[in-house]
Amino acid sequence: MSVDTVSLTGWGRTAPSTAVRFRPRTYEEAAAAVRGRGPRGAIARGLGRAPGDAAQNAGGSVLDMTGLDRVRALDESTGTVRCDAGVSLERLLRVLLPRGWFLPVVPGTGRITVGGAIGSDVHGRDHPAAGSLARYVSELDLLTADGEVRTVSPGTALFDATTGGLGLTGVILGATLRLKRVGSPLVSVSTERATDLDDLLARFTAGRGGDRHGAPMPYASAWVDLLARGRATGRGVLTRGEHAPPSVLPAHARRTMRAPRTVQPDGRPAGPVLPGGLLGRTSAALYNEARYRSAPRSRTGELRTTAAFFHALDALPEGNRLHGRAGLVRYRFTVGYGQEEALHRVVRRISARRCPAFRAGLQRFGAPSPGWLSFPVPGWTLTLDLPAALPGLGRFLDGLDEEVAAAGGRVCLAQDSRTRPETAAAMYPRLAEFRELRAELDPTGAFRSDLARRLAL
Amino acid sequence: MKDAFGAPQSLLVLGGTSEIALATARRLIALRTRRVWLAGRPSPALDTAAAELRGRGADVRTVDFDALDTGTHEEVLGKVFAEGDIDVVLMAFGIAGDQARDEEEPLAAVRVAQTNYTGAVSAGLVCAGALQAQGHGSLVVLSSVAGERARRADFIYGSSKAGLDTFAQGLGDALQGTGVQVMVVRPGSVRTRGTAGQPEQPLSTTPEEVAGAIVTGLRRRSETVWVPGSLRVVMSALRHVPRPLFRRLPV
Repeated sequence: MSVDTVSLTGWGRTAPSTAVRFRPRTYEEAAAAVRGRGPRGAIARGLGRAPGDAAQNAGGSVLDMTGLDRVRALDESTGTVRCDAGVSLERLLRVLLPRGWFLPVVPGTGRITVGGAIGSDVHGRDHPAAGSLARYVSELDLLTADGEVRTVSPGTALFDATTGGLGLTGVILGATLRLKRVGSPLVSVSTERATDLDDLLARFTAGRGGDRHGAPMPYASAWVDLLARGRATGRGVLTRGEHAPPSVLPAHARRTMRAPRTVQPDGRPAGPVLPGGLLGRTSAALYNEARYRSAPRSRTGELRTTAAFFHALDALPEGNRLHGRAGLVRYRFTVGYGQEEALHRVVRRISARRCPAFRAGLQRFGAPSPGWLSFPVPGWTLTLDLPAALPGLGRFLDGLDEEVAAAGGRVCLAQDSRTRPETAAAMYPRLAEFRELRAELDPTGAFRSDLARRLAL
Repeated sequence: MKDAFGAPQSLLVLGGTSEIALATARRLIALRTRRVWLAGRPSPALDTAAAELRGRGADVRTVDFDALDTGTHEEVLGKVFAEGDIDVVLMAFGIAGDQARDEEEPLAAVRVAQTNYTGAVSAGLVCAGALQAQGHGSLVVLSSVAGERARRADFIYGSSKAGLDTFAQGLGDALQGTGVQVMVVRPGSVRTRGTAGQPEQPLSTTPEEVAGAIVTGLRRRSETVWVPGSLRVVMSALRHVPRPLFRRLPV
């Protein structure tokens, strides 16, 4: 097991802190690292895609889990896969897809580990129908503060605290996931343009498109132009998709589920840090204008590979470097159905302030997850990336927090890097239970992160 | 912990009655800061400052700290860090001295040098060690434009700040990659209660402006901050003026 001292940040490259990094390759090495942790505790870290400080532990230990990356067993009779926590979803999909299996929940990036996905209870674009990842975890191996490995099953308090628990209940070492069958490695995509936010929300709820039986397409998300002003405020492009049937593949490829690969695996050289001003207001507005105009007004039946549909942004190497030296801040919040007015107000405020907001995405959530700190609750969720260098951005986002909290909404803790502790506590009513369970299970505070210190989780 | 914008949740001020430090504390409390330690010699002014910051909603505690008593620094500051993480340490103590008198009385000059330099070296190293152990944090060092080039009018004070400035730069390099940031702040002449009534210097500034520059510097993770910013350009020119000429300049 290699050990070194490194300065770490999240994907957003803000608030660096230093920790001793362990790279366990077996369960035993991970247990040894947890037992040998210093007084400032330990936290597990995967591929470092959390934009905030969830996988940092200043002055303490960080367990880099990417060395623990075996796909242990694929049971095709029950449709389950057993794997280590350090396996990336991208790699898992490369193993599963040729055999006709697919993950029931796929987040916006494939470069996230199974452990990280469970710890932040990720969701996909089909959340209203599918729910979040915790629903498909049959069991997981959790390394707790005493250095023991426990098998945790759904329906227990520890399971609900761990899924979405941001790694603070222990180190997830491995998990068994339930899979779903897909007919082909391609996705049939329909795209439509919406002229403003009302139009966009209406198109979302109308649930048009769909397969031959008229059922709505399961995957739906929209890109929102947050720089558009006036009557165009909140205009966007809505994209829906469903797994294409095997008949779309050429006959010779049907058995092997082969498809053109558009997103290559990692291994590119790191890109340069661009000057922060490059992605300013003007260039962002021009880019958004071009993106909106170039989207088809309405198109159905376009075939894309799963990689291109689910993880198009992974094709852009080092996308986090685009925002300059100060890094990026991701703001992701949800407001419930019936609170669309609050969503309107937030979008108007962002648009009026002319923030160069990138990656702005709108999705819908269905039933909430049982995870105590899980993010999804029924309603709308908007995600945007902002350059951290914008003056006064901290206060501006605090203002948005107030708007969101007043509407009964919440921000996503796994992606947060700036919320006030009292705001977070108000947004997550089950935080008190979470703290109690942690105090009981881990009285000495073996598992800590910068996020936990900042928000007093 | 600091947030993504460098706004700290806890602040330790060395030199708790400094106007610049208090202006900075007020700004940081308006952002995120909830715990403030004011370190200084016990005085009514220190208690007043603490009460004022408490009124703004922060949990403020005072601690007995004397820059000249270097033997106690490790113990006093160690206790503060033992109570919990400190996100930003602001080293704001220092005395201006009186150039004319200090030239006559070497002991008074030594006091300026010991407070501004020796005291800061000791306290700075103690804080840097503690910040390094916690793996994050910022050490903000209040230097001065007077340390950049010797002037007839204040070279005793200026030389002490020059020493402090060089020390802080080196410390910043030593702490590269440890998660700890050292930020050197070089204000021009600052108009405070002490300088009220004196003729105004060119490119002078106010405690509020310095505080604003410190908050911006924390956000940008800057290594050096000039207040006002134009001083950076002015001083880079003045630094190269030949001495016979510099002596005659009205600075």
